[in-house]
Amino acid sequence: MYHYVYPEETELQRFIQARYRKAWIWQNLFLLSLLIAVISLTALLLDIIDGSFGYIAYEFKKDPLTISEKPIEQFTKEELIQVLQANLSRGALNKLNSEMPLEQRSEADLYSLVLERIIQIDTKQTYSLFESLFRRAEIEAEVAEKYPNARLEFRYWLQPEFIVSPQSSKAEFAGVRTAIFGSLWVVLIAMILSMPVGVGAAIYLQEYAQKNFINSVIQTNINNLAGVPSIVYGMLGLAIFVRAFEPLTSGAVFGITDTNGRTILSAGLTMGILVLPLVIINAQEAIKAVPDSIRQAAYGVGATKWQTIWSHVLPNALPGILTGNILAMSRAMGETAPLIIVGASTFISQDPSGPFSKFTALPIQIYQWTSRAQSEFHNIAAAAIVVLLVLLLLLNTTAILLRNRFQRRF
Amino acid sequence: MELEVKSVAPPTTFRLMNLQKKMRFKEQAIEGVLFLVGVLTIFITLSIVFVLGNEALLFFEDPEVTLAEFLGSTKWAPAIGEFGIWALVSATLTTSVIALAVAVPLGLSAAIYLSEYASLRVRSILKPILEILAGIPTVVYGYFALMFVTPLLRSVVGNQIGVYNMLSAGLVMGIMILPLMSSMSEDALNAVPNSLREAAYALGSTRFEAALQVVVPAAFSGIGAAIIVGVSRAVGETMIVAIASGATSKFTFNPLEAAETMTAHIARISGGDLSYNSIDYNSLFAIALMLFLVTLVLNLLSQWIVKRFREQYE
Repeated sequence: MYHYVYPEETELQRFIQARYRKAWIWQNLFLLSLLIAVISLTALLLDIIDGSFGYIAYEFKKDPLTISEKPIEQFTKEELIQVLQANLSRGALNKLNSEMPLEQRSEADLYSLVLERIIQIDTKQTYSLFESLFRRAEIEAEVAEKYPNARLEFRYWLQPEFIVSPQSSKAEFAGVRTAIFGSLWVVLIAMILSMPVGVGAAIYLQEYAQKNFINSVIQTNINNLAGVPSIVYGMLGLAIFVRAFEPLTSGAVFGITDTNGRTILSAGLTMGILVLPLVIINAQEAIKAVPDSIRQAAYGVGATKWQTIWSHVLPNALPGILTGNILAMSRAMGETAPLIIVGASTFISQDPSGPFSKFTALPIQIYQWTSRAQSEFHNIAAAAIVVLLVLLLLLNTTAILLRNRFQRRF
Repeated sequence: MELEVKSVAPPTTFRLMNLQKKMRFKEQAIEGVLFLVGVLTIFITLSIVFVLGNEALLFFEDPEVTLAEFLGSTKWAPAIGEFGIWALVSATLTTSVIALAVAVPLGLSAAIYLSEYASLRVRSILKPILEILAGIPTVVYGYFALMFVTPLLRSVVGNQIGVYNMLSAGLVMGIMILPLMSSMSEDALNAVPNSLREAAYALGSTRFEAALQVVVPAAFSGIGAAIIVGVSRAVGETMIVAIASGATSKFTFNPLEAAETMTAHIARISGGDLSYNSIDYNSLFAIALMLFLVTLVLNLLSQWIVKRFREQYE
């Protein structure tokens, strides 16, 4: 027979205490890992805010006081044009005039031209927000020593002008308007492609598909497509939309001749294919959530299969489908790699005019600016990230509100 | 819906109704179209395989390249005709291993906490934070790696870490994969029925013992699948490594050095001016094909594990 000696009283208590201590330590370790996630998110957001504001030390290539006693902010339009004509070379003037004659430009535009081309801010160094707040005296001393002619100023890199001005090769004047329009166009085209196709495929798989080989291949395949790295979709887009369908995607068949295949249309189609599996899987979930009793009620009053789907299943699944689509949109808005491959142009200062334009997009701008060596570009990259995150936040809030407002529980 | 009553036959005349299934052409057509849409997704996979395979074939047909060199050499320098994929694979492996070393323990712990310990209120605060982390675009993580983590590492470890290094890219990639890891594992843990936990408590186990010795083993297939999906995400991740881990291909496993991964190489080369049909252009497709195959195998494996090893309860 087995003979087991149970531990004595104090020993037993010690044993139990040790177990509880171990359990307590592990519980806190589990919690710690969640805290690490929270800390990372906080650090990420703070780092972005940190980059979006701060001191800037800069010099003027040409001191405004040598142009006139009057501060240039108060110049009239005529005076601004005079300054431009007096200081720019004939070639540069002709180039500006051929883009848009000086007389027709707005005063703000002329003012920024004067700043950009004549006075020419030359940024020496930029400082992050926390440095600017807590090490002000040191920064002032450093600037006074290293750049005696420089002015020190607190700059909001993230400001209304940053959002409305087009791209520029100078960080101080660059904005994200062009990139926002580019992103919106790409997402629009992606959704025009993936919404009908994705919802259609989801309806087929949930409502029609019998359990057979071809349908299980389709389902497995969709799950796999969702896991394919985005850069592979980029290569697909490059080979098919940019190269093989170049006459179509460059707009050559529609009589547009000045672009190659690296257009908004190519990028949008690529992005559409990328988010398609996501749209399908989300729509499937939404359709699955509609209870069978609703379908049976429809059949009971003599509806055909399609009538059942169209007027009973889809209306009930619609909030879920829309939520899924919005989440797919925010994925499309943040994806960068496929756009690099398909060839978003790095420098475009004109707003895209249609699907056959060259374009740039917000994540591309962030990537380009982050990769630059000069610190002022890192500041505008941070500001652009804030813009991107706010756009994504708006999309996701819409999705959540939609879900809470229309979701029905069965 | 508006009700529409069309002429109904009066009940006085008794007619034999044809109850056989009618051919309805509209219904058939709709089903046909929807089927085609479903099949289209297979077509996407096929075109990926065809496009990548076709261009990769052109690459291997080039007299400068042999398959043996591609799979055997550790030097990748297209300018002088050296195409050894290991120079890129080494960086991909290094960053992925670091990322998983961060994401797997943290993600699994987070999942255990959320599913086994957290009260509803704590969950409702912590879960959205993970979802926010999951929703941040990877290019933003890249900025974070280069502008925050790298300077932090440099100030802690010293300047033997370069401005571009695989360590910071890998760490940030781990943070990026963490929410995926934790939400997939949490789903697996939640699928374990409560009766198992209660049985463990009845035997006198602590919450921790029940979690680690009963619930986690029962959910092992789901957790395994999560880890594999995490690997496939790490291998395919582009922007973080493109920004933070450097732009020179180099065969090294030292995380403090800069080296270019497969994905980062594709992004950098194709971002410049690239002439079609050059060997550079074709080589990118060979790399992409490898990426596609690796992630495909990993994804299939993860689905197979879930199906094969799922513990069935009830």
